[in-house]
Amino acid sequence: MIALVIILAIAVIFIGWIISIYNKLIKNKNIVKNAWAQIDVQLKRRYDLIPNLVEVVKDYMSYEQETLENVTKARNMAMNAQGPQKQAQAESMLTGALKSLFAVVENYPDLKANENVMKLQEELTSTENRISYARQFYNDGVMRFNTMIEIFPNSIIAGSFNFKNFEFFETPEEERKNVKVDLR
Amino acid sequence: MAKVCQRCGYYNKNSKKACVLCKTPLDGENNSTVPMKYSFYEVQASNRRNSVILMFFLFVILIVLGYFIGEYFEFGIFGIIIAFVVSIISGLVAYYGGKNIVMAMSGARKVNREDETELVNVVEEMSIAGGLPVPEIYIIETDAMNAFATGRSPEHSAVAITRGLMSKLNREELTGVIAHEMSHIKHLDIRFAMLTGVLVGSIVMISDFTLRFFFFGGKKSRKSKKGGNGIILIIVLVLAIISPILAKLIQMSISRKRELLADAGAAELTRNPESLANALEKMSLSTIKLQTASRATQHMYIVNPLKRVSSKSHSLFDTHPPLESRIRILRSM
Repeated sequence: MIALVIILAIAVIFIGWIISIYNKLIKNKNIVKNAWAQIDVQLKRRYDLIPNLVEVVKDYMSYEQETLENVTKARNMAMNAQGPQKQAQAESMLTGALKSLFAVVENYPDLKANENVMKLQEELTSTENRISYARQFYNDGVMRFNTMIEIFPNSIIAGSFNFKNFEFFETPEEERKNVKVDLR
Repeated sequence: MAKVCQRCGYYNKNSKKACVLCKTPLDGENNSTVPMKYSFYEVQASNRRNSVILMFFLFVILIVLGYFIGEYFEFGIFGIIIAFVVSIISGLVAYYGGKNIVMAMSGARKVNREDETELVNVVEEMSIAGGLPVPEIYIIETDAMNAFATGRSPEHSAVAITRGLMSKLNREELTGVIAHEMSHIKHLDIRFAMLTGVLVGSIVMISDFTLRFFFFGGKKSRKSKKGGNGIILIIVLVLAIISPILAKLIQMSISRKRELLADAGAAELTRNPESLANALEKMSLSTIKLQTASRATQHMYIVNPLKRVSSKSHSLFDTHPPLESRIRILRSM
């Protein structure tokens, strides 16, 4: 009788322990998934800002049509990119195009002093930062989750419930030099 | 003689093997900097634990104080009940209304996106970096340079910054300061600071009241009826003097460590310790005092609003580590 109770107690504790680890893994997995979704939210914010920017700037910059077209083209490419690899590439192209646009803006004092342009510059600076912070948060979450499912004894439970490592967001080579851009 | 820490310049007693402030080994040629033990989960957990322990401890002080005061004034058990009720009510008020009380006390004004776009953007960026909800944002219209965060949880939190600080910092430095405040929110320092502030406040208030009562008139009307009254009188007096000091000591010592951890947290959020170091440097040059800060709220601020901390000397009552040390630690990251 006593032996049975002890065995039962051990079994209950053991199952409870497994459940608690499982729940912890699920919780962290969802944090990582949500972090990934957050990156998309910030990317979308950037797509939405660009048409406004182009609209404001285009009257002043009749001689710089090419720069403007590059921005619009890069935006469309990024929006339609298929797969993370391609998208990351297109996004970094967009960052580059925006950077050169603002470099050109520097040459137009009227434009630089325009309140709308200043506002848009602040918004875009902030958006670039948001994107990089969202990626940073995602990567931190991935690292925590990957470590969590690799250490013992979590690894056994992660293995039997088929938890998989997440992939880190890798910054494309050309963007790596200056992640946090200050567009001003 | 004192041992000066290689990393943060803190003056340590000769007997210490590692720096009191930043845990760098003090002995010999080994100058390699040891990173401060930092994981926000650990900090959060220890803050939860410390909150409970500290609450309990302060609570006990309050009850003992209440008991002896009750004994002395011969309302017996009511002393305890009053202390109990006072602490519970002030605790609840602080927990649910503390954020608004603190903001009102500091003369802070809530801002919106249209007026302070850059500030709102920076705060939102940092909440993305920390994976936290966006706190309410306040500005204090003064030339003094300071900032603080408060609230009971990340969902019910607020950050405030003075106009003086905002106008002196560039975007990057502002991000550093906000990141420091975000770390306080993430670590749950805000809850801890608010609750201790209130409990220490009640202890100080009760002690103050008791002492005043003794020195201004209370004594005459109260002739000793029992023999034990004299002893109880001494106990009450000693308690009334010692307990606020004791309570403050605990509050301050924990506050110092939390500032360092929030600095480390800010560096982790921005990946740029230099920005906060530069901001702290600018703050250290300012001599304008923040009028709306008080002893009850001083530990919440990013730099001590009441004391100009340029010296390396330190006392048990400091709420913040020396600014110079904080800057050096950040630059060594």
